[in-house]
Amino acid sequence: MTRPTRSVPEAAAASRPRRGARAGPSGSGAPAGPSRGRLQQLEDESVHIIREVVAQFRNPVMLYSIGKDSSVMLHLARKAFHPGPIPFPLLHVDTTWKFREMISFRDRMAREVGFELLVHTNSDGVAAQVNPFDHGSLHYTDVMKTQALKQALEAGRYDAAFGGARRDEEPSRAKERVFSFRDRNHRWDPKNQRPELWNHYNGRVAPGESIRVFPLSNWTELDVWHYIAAEHIEVVPLYLAAPRPVVERDGTLLMVDDERFRFEAGEQPEMRSVRFRTLGCYPLTGAVESRAATLDDVIAEMARASRSEREGRVIDHDRSGSMEQKKREGYF
Amino acid sequence: MGPAAVPEGTGRHPDLLRLLTCGSVDDGKSTLIGRLLHDSRQLHDDRLAAVYKESALAGHAGGHLDLALLADGLMAEREQGITIDVAYLYFSTPERSFIIADTPGHEQYTRNMATGASTADLAVILVDAVRGVTTQTRRHSSIAGLMGVSAAVVAVNKMDLAGYDETRFRSIAAEVSAMAGALGLAEPVCIPVSALHGDGVVEPGANMSWYDGPCLLDHLEHVDAAGHPPAGASGLVGGRLRLPVQLVLRPDHRFRGFAGTVCEGTVRAGDRVRVEPSGRTTAIERIVTFDGDLEEAGTGRAVVVTTSDEIDIGRGDVIVDLAYPPQRGRRVTATVVWMSQADLVVGSEYLLAQGGQTMNCRVSEVLGRLDVDTLESVPADAVRLNDIATLTVRTDTELIFDPYTQNRTTGSFILIDRASNATVAAGMIEAAAPAAAWEAVPGPTLERQRSSITSAERAQRLGQRPVTLLLTGLTGAGKSTIASALERELFERGCTTVRLDGENMRLGVSRDLGFSSRDRSENVRRTAELARLVNDQGLIAIAALVAPSAAVRERARELIGPDRFVEVFLDPPLEVCRSRDHAGLYEAADRGEIRQFPGVSAPYDKPADADLVLDTSRLDVDACVRAILAWLEAGRFIPAGGTSEA
Repeated sequence: MTRPTRSVPEAAAASRPRRGARAGPSGSGAPAGPSRGRLQQLEDESVHIIREVVAQFRNPVMLYSIGKDSSVMLHLARKAFHPGPIPFPLLHVDTTWKFREMISFRDRMAREVGFELLVHTNSDGVAAQVNPFDHGSLHYTDVMKTQALKQALEAGRYDAAFGGARRDEEPSRAKERVFSFRDRNHRWDPKNQRPELWNHYNGRVAPGESIRVFPLSNWTELDVWHYIAAEHIEVVPLYLAAPRPVVERDGTLLMVDDERFRFEAGEQPEMRSVRFRTLGCYPLTGAVESRAATLDDVIAEMARASRSEREGRVIDHDRSGSMEQKKREGYF
Repeated sequence: MGPAAVPEGTGRHPDLLRLLTCGSVDDGKSTLIGRLLHDSRQLHDDRLAAVYKESALAGHAGGHLDLALLADGLMAEREQGITIDVAYLYFSTPERSFIIADTPGHEQYTRNMATGASTADLAVILVDAVRGVTTQTRRHSSIAGLMGVSAAVVAVNKMDLAGYDETRFRSIAAEVSAMAGALGLAEPVCIPVSALHGDGVVEPGANMSWYDGPCLLDHLEHVDAAGHPPAGASGLVGGRLRLPVQLVLRPDHRFRGFAGTVCEGTVRAGDRVRVEPSGRTTAIERIVTFDGDLEEAGTGRAVVVTTSDEIDIGRGDVIVDLAYPPQRGRRVTATVVWMSQADLVVGSEYLLAQGGQTMNCRVSEVLGRLDVDTLESVPADAVRLNDIATLTVRTDTELIFDPYTQNRTTGSFILIDRASNATVAAGMIEAAAPAAAWEAVPGPTLERQRSSITSAERAQRLGQRPVTLLLTGLTGAGKSTIASALERELFERGCTTVRLDGENMRLGVSRDLGFSSRDRSENVRRTAELARLVNDQGLIAIAALVAPSAAVRERARELIGPDRFVEVFLDPPLEVCRSRDHAGLYEAADRGEIRQFPGVSAPYDKPADADLVLDTSRLDVDACVRAILAWLEAGRFIPAGGTSEA
């Protein structure tokens, strides 16, 4: 595949990171990644999907979780509509328990890229002081994420919502459609999904119904990292190893991100070199010990990785089949 | 069905291969996939640990690590031990990355297989070494071929249960080869494996030293997935240009670009192109991407192009090269895989979608259904879930298309139910359909010759106004009997009639027609044309036809003119019709000797708003005739007057 000649230098410059995690030059330590052809194919497929949504829907929104997948999705959305702006807003469901670095990254990206950022928090949950320490991950996630997301989608009357989920993340996602139909109550019925053939996507919905769209369906975790490196996509620095204050609880490393952290008896924060494979609410997101301080290190570490990505998420361990259960309830 | 076609439209690069796996629950397909993932070291420790744990709890592998659990995702199927939908799985080796579409082998297989096959480069078909080639193997091969997956590998699984016997493998390979030849498919590669124990999947294993071919993974890593143009160093591929426009980008008044994915050929800056359906030509000015302008973009690239002329281009248009235009038309024949619980009904309207082209369409006829056991096309009126049928589809606007064998994107479509918005069918276009005679357009030089005698003059001479009575109903409903009695009664009253009986039509004017829905429709059309001529002469036409299709009767009404068309529905119970059938037609239909017999093996659409409904099991012939006469008198087609009390 011939690579573009850069006749639009401003655009090329705008896609480069200024601060935060940077892609180093291809180091000799990093394993040979997939060829540009594969990433190009994945990019083309995703761009096609994103454009299809804008063509078919009246009022789409992109869910922006600030994570690496969201960063890739945002990058693809910019590509899909270049030289125009992204023609839909990005929505962040803020549980108020995200890592502080995520929030500052979010606000800076909105300023620098120039997209419309919407932030929604479930104010009922805040008023009831729902938090991950007192209420357990299931109840907390339901109130501050699932319910909050429904509130925001209903308030905005969105008929399509982009999400950054990938099919390789978790077994129940292997059968997820690219255009995933949700009924009026945002419920997902795995037995009542539309067959998807070729690249002819059926986005027709009745009022109140909606489609969740997953443009990264066919990407793997490693593809995402290779693409971030190849395209110089900026990600939250928490993905790279650094000394951070953590406590070890039931085998999970939790980062003490602010003064709200509840220590259990005998717990003392200690500085360890850690990074995160996924980002979410800091009290529910486990870190991994790592020395991978650059993207190339991360990719090299991934190649040796022996634990799958969602393992750091407390929510997935509540019970077997729990992600499928949450999706039925409307969790993304 | 299912020639080894080589469609364009999903050009791939050799470093990514999309696989379709097909086989039944018992063939060990999920186990084979699990084995590929496991032995190519694609599994993370925590997921593997979960599978070890679940194997102990719910596994069906009898003490072995249940690798099928890796492929089967949803709770319901874990409990049932079967796969219920298409699952996409990912793995890569240093040679290649793979996307597996895993489709189930049980009752929903056609729908799911078609879905998985629509994007696949290569099919992996499982055969049980003990059972050998089965009907199902033929079905899977046939559907894969039909969907344009021309490359196939047959994994002869469970070699452990066949004693790793070379002779057994060779005889199955010979059977597979013969089957492919009979189906007109490219010859598949056969590989002996034991998914349960791992022999022949990733490593050769110690049990089949007689086999000197590649292991399955080795083959998948190196196979040239035929059916897709090889990408050269420049990414340049051959073929005609097809760039369906998804979206017009107009961020400000200075820029107007057309976004879309090239589904065949190469778009180049400076090339002259044609825009369908307008047919306008222009030149590609720029190929704009986020990373800068391109000189050219090949198959699969999602691009934005600008043109040198300000011509009107919108979503659904297709940018093509000048030399090889696509086809266009309002009628196509297509093979569809029916995916809905609700049957296809001839005459129903659906939305047809092909990328940006969305239009209303009507299924005007079912040409045949594929019998998946014999792989022959058989006559059919109903098309049900998982059926594969050939249809004629009529659209309300022109469809731009290529035959599916030439392009998977511009040759395919989905049908959408307009009420539920469900995707009900996947369609593969064969060709433009010849227009049915109903739509045939007479030559432009023809001119209708008018009579100098006015209809008022005729009415005065004949003492009647022209009308066509259509007596419709099942065989045995009494159509000919009542037509005969009515004709006699009108004659006695001094009226002038022409009787058009279906049977007489078939003895003459329609002697070339059979009894398919298409031929029945044509027989009604010819009768209606005759009735119109008869009416134009001021005469009363009495047509006695089964005319089972409501849509066709409606067309007859339009042709003759709604104000002079009377639909009389003769509606006795079916048992009464059967009891009157002295020719034994119903029994012959029951035995399958007569096919597509309305009321037995083909539908009869009961008229929803007939002008008259007569139950001939409760009314005798005279009563029926009196009712029709009363209707004609009330409509002032015939003068009111003393009914002859013969």
